[in-house]
Amino acid sequence: MTLPFAIIAGLTVGSAIAAMSLRNLVHCALSLVLTFAGLAGLYLQLNAEFVGFTQILVYVGAVSILIVFAILLTRSTEPKDEPATVTPWIGIAVAISAFLTMALAVLASPVGKRAASPMGEVSVKTLGQKLMTDYVLPLEVMALLLTAAMLGAVIIAMKDKEGSR
Amino acid sequence: MAELFAKLDALPVTLKHLLMGLLPGATPEWLVSVVSAVLTITPILAVFPLMFALTTVIERKGLGRIQNRIGPNRVGIPLTDIRLYGFGQFIADGIKSLIKEDVVPRAADKVVHFLAPIALLIPVLLTYSVLPFGKSMVPLDLPQTGLLFFFAVGASTELSVFMAGWSSRNKYSLLGAMRAIAQMVSYEIPLILSSLTVVMITGTLSLTAIVQSQSGVHFGFLHNWHLFTPWGLVGFFLFLTAAAAEANRTPFDLPEAESEIIAGYFTEYSGFKFAIFFLAEYLGLFAMCGLGITLFLGGWLPPLNIAPLTWIPSWCWFLGKLSALIVLFIWLRGTLPRLRTDQLMAFAWKFLLPMTLINLVVAALWYLLRDSLPLYARWPLCFAMLAVPYWLLGRGFEAKFTKREYRYA
Repeated sequence: MTLPFAIIAGLTVGSAIAAMSLRNLVHCALSLVLTFAGLAGLYLQLNAEFVGFTQILVYVGAVSILIVFAILLTRSTEPKDEPATVTPWIGIAVAISAFLTMALAVLASPVGKRAASPMGEVSVKTLGQKLMTDYVLPLEVMALLLTAAMLGAVIIAMKDKEGSR
Repeated sequence: MAELFAKLDALPVTLKHLLMGLLPGATPEWLVSVVSAVLTITPILAVFPLMFALTTVIERKGLGRIQNRIGPNRVGIPLTDIRLYGFGQFIADGIKSLIKEDVVPRAADKVVHFLAPIALLIPVLLTYSVLPFGKSMVPLDLPQTGLLFFFAVGASTELSVFMAGWSSRNKYSLLGAMRAIAQMVSYEIPLILSSLTVVMITGTLSLTAIVQSQSGVHFGFLHNWHLFTPWGLVGFFLFLTAAAAEANRTPFDLPEAESEIIAGYFTEYSGFKFAIFFLAEYLGLFAMCGLGITLFLGGWLPPLNIAPLTWIPSWCWFLGKLSALIVLFIWLRGTLPRLRTDQLMAFAWKFLLPMTLINLVVAALWYLLRDSLPLYARWPLCFAMLAVPYWLLGRGFEAKFTKREYRYA
């Protein structure tokens, strides 16, 4: 374990814990953004520059704004003084079992034993060709999902406008 | 003669190598890389904030002239009669903001309020790390992701704006932050789409490679900057418009709008924190201009490949083009009125977005027709394919704006 990895991993885990345990929702959202940035740092450590920067662009740049807007527009951000009423033990048990299942599945899968494929020159052209040939189905499914979400948003906005007339 | 100019061109690089040579031989490797990084960062941290300081004076003087005033002309060297045409003003302003009281509202969220200016300035400074300032003068060459890095880091400034507006616990601040985020999110799409044309044509995300791709020569003297192609010409102006909105410059300065919501998201900041917001905003504008220069205006290349112009060092060309764009933005600020929020959104989604999408198609056509059509036929054809939608979309806007309808947003 190298020093940069330790710093990034500590930051990611620490901010994730803060995102769960802080009482003010906006503080939670900001900690969550730090977690996203830490994940991007882990991708960069793995030499996955494109994925790392895309993670920052999408999660730190866009998803975080979405979360923050959702918090601001739906509820008061004032922290409540009463302590948390839900006991965390069930959640911790579920999290540990989920982690163990995933870890065992990853360890058992042949992916880890496969030799690392040689690092090719990742150009924009190869990325585009991969997206349009090998990964065209996931791309199209994602496009459909986003279109459906956008249509839903438009319908909600339209109803609101009619009601106010 | 030409050799001397080549040496002048490489002067910053030579200077760095000279300073690196001064390190004792037994220096550990990590220290060498740290010193190298510091030597690369220091000029950026010196040149661009100084440029910001000078820009504030030039902007005030320029706006003064446009508004038939004189502008600042008093501050020169203290205790003498030398006034330097008022160019000592920025030093006085800097000292003033340093010694002012730092007022934090009692209701403010102290930690987030303190972190917001820092979280805004750091990403803005990081964007400078991938800009090629001159021949072999790029602080961090990312051959696979240069442009993506610029946009990824630039996108994280939106959250800092939210942090500033939310933590102040002030309605004007929150309103300004909401306006700023809505505007930045909307204008980021035309900004990225207009830069994508360059990526499509050059097939790379590396900013140095994009500058290199513009170094070919037309008719023996004219460099083939992307500005000289129809998609590049239109793309550059779309980029510049979106960049102005992204940097909250007039006519898109609604998030700050001193006459409506005081100063928007940094209303509750005073003293040096206010100065940091100001600095970050201008540095963001300079970085956007630098990216525009790199993508469309040939980066550090001279416009004509003729002897006296090629003698001027490449970094002088970059800084010269940057200064010209800054003056253009000052001029725009003195000329154009502020938009309304609904006009702003309609302009982004109904004019800029369709234009950038059409521009992408035209750029693809330009590339595909490169062998089958001669230049004199290809240029007017592609230009017409952009001019007609421009006219139609513009007409649609004119019809919409004649009937004045107020919707408060």
